[in-house]
Amino acid sequence: MFFGIEWDTSSQWAFAVSIFPILLHGLVVTLQATVVGFFIALILGLVLAALKSAPTRLIRWPAKLVTEFIRDTPLLIQLFFLFYVLPEFGLTLPAFLTGALALGVQYSAYTSEVYRAGLEAVAKGQREAARALNLASSRTFTHIILPQAVPRIIPALGNYLVSIMKDVPVLSVVTVLEMLGVAKIIGDRTGGYLIPLSMVGGLYLVMTIIASFGVRYLDTHLPKRGLSLK
Amino acid sequence: MNDATKTRDPIIKFDKVVKRFGDHVVLDELDFEVQRGEKVTIIGPSGSGKSTVLRILMTLEEINDGVVYVGGEPLWHQRKGDSLAPASEQHLRQMRSQLGMVFQQFNLFPHMTVLRNLTEAPVQVLGVSKAEARKRGMELLEMVGLTDQAGKYPHQLSGGQQQRVGIARALAMRPKVMLFDEPTSALDPELVGEVLNVIRTLADEHDLTMLLVTHEMHFARQVSDRICFFDQGRIKEQGKPEDIFTAPKEERTKAFLKAVLDPDD
Repeated sequence: MFFGIEWDTSSQWAFAVSIFPILLHGLVVTLQATVVGFFIALILGLVLAALKSAPTRLIRWPAKLVTEFIRDTPLLIQLFFLFYVLPEFGLTLPAFLTGALALGVQYSAYTSEVYRAGLEAVAKGQREAARALNLASSRTFTHIILPQAVPRIIPALGNYLVSIMKDVPVLSVVTVLEMLGVAKIIGDRTGGYLIPLSMVGGLYLVMTIIASFGVRYLDTHLPKRGLSLK
Repeated sequence: MNDATKTRDPIIKFDKVVKRFGDHVVLDELDFEVQRGEKVTIIGPSGSGKSTVLRILMTLEEINDGVVYVGGEPLWHQRKGDSLAPASEQHLRQMRSQLGMVFQQFNLFPHMTVLRNLTEAPVQVLGVSKAEARKRGMELLEMVGLTDQAGKYPHQLSGGQQQRVGIARALAMRPKVMLFDEPTSALDPELVGEVLNVIRTLADEHDLTMLLVTHEMHFARQVSDRICFFDQGRIKEQGKPEDIFTAPKEERTKAFLKAVLDPDD
């Protein structure tokens, strides 16, 4: 029994059917962690991107160093730091929040690069034309650069959303009951791992296929030349 | 120098301007003047600093030394008592409003309709009402012969049409000086004429000052009051078009004109 749901071991089919709702509980946690982690990555990545393009080196370099550090160390280390080290300094976060934060921090390094690359890919001539027309730099950013960068940025961010979803099982090591963790516990208690693990794999496959389809749809349907302004 | 340059009211003046890209000296203590209403064409081999002159005026490139004046005011500097201090962004904005630029690659805003390309800056920068900006935009489109393209996006237009929009966009800001940076170099040969025709019409407006960088020598000869031949970051020779094209004095000018006018020899 798990989440108040009994499993039926009378046959393999009955077992699979009975644990499905249990796995769905885990799936909800997986999706929650994905969404919260992605949201943190989006915001933190924006902050990092802004710092990395700051006019002074004093701000730029530490931001670059932090990005590099995050990217070059395993997610698990960052997770352990947040989960085991922070409490030593009196800061204890719930497991779920710790996990989502670790995902968000890890992926902010990547999203910051997506933002930067997207903005830099807008032709230099666009900034020059805006300058020649005396448009304020804030207006240039919001109405000239950003509308042209967004269609490049969004599909790339979508790919990281899929990656985050696939990294969520790492959170099981800090007791977050996401889908894979739930499957393993079912296996531990019933002695049968094949069915729950296969089902998790299948569910992941379905989710990533849907997500990839969505990313591809965005990629082909976002206006290449920018969000249009009439 | 011809007579026009002796009236001492240059709208543009370069005073010993130096521009370097790394070790490469692009402008070598350049002295250069353009009078109000004058149409000047800069010719010369690539890398001679022609476009850099325009880009410095449009404040797209900073200078390393010397002073540039526009309408008698230093462009890249501000007067502080008797000395000159680097210009603030506010000063640059104020100075920039006198200049309009047409780019080789058009640089139209691809996500905006043709008309929006023409109204964006007047509305945002000059504070013109949207209705007023549209009206003026349509007038300019009429001038460049593109009223029927107002609602289209730049990519739906030919290169020649795009560049005509580029010219209209710059004019929408009512500049005193128009800078043309190789406006036809990116165009297919059959589209060059329509753009040159628009520029020719503009050249007939007496109070508009025009500074043009081009490889279209016959056109330059027709529209210019003065031709400046640039070589290695300086003006090697300048004068009336008929003098420069028929009786150049400098060997470098002769060699350059021979190469561009009779490329098959």
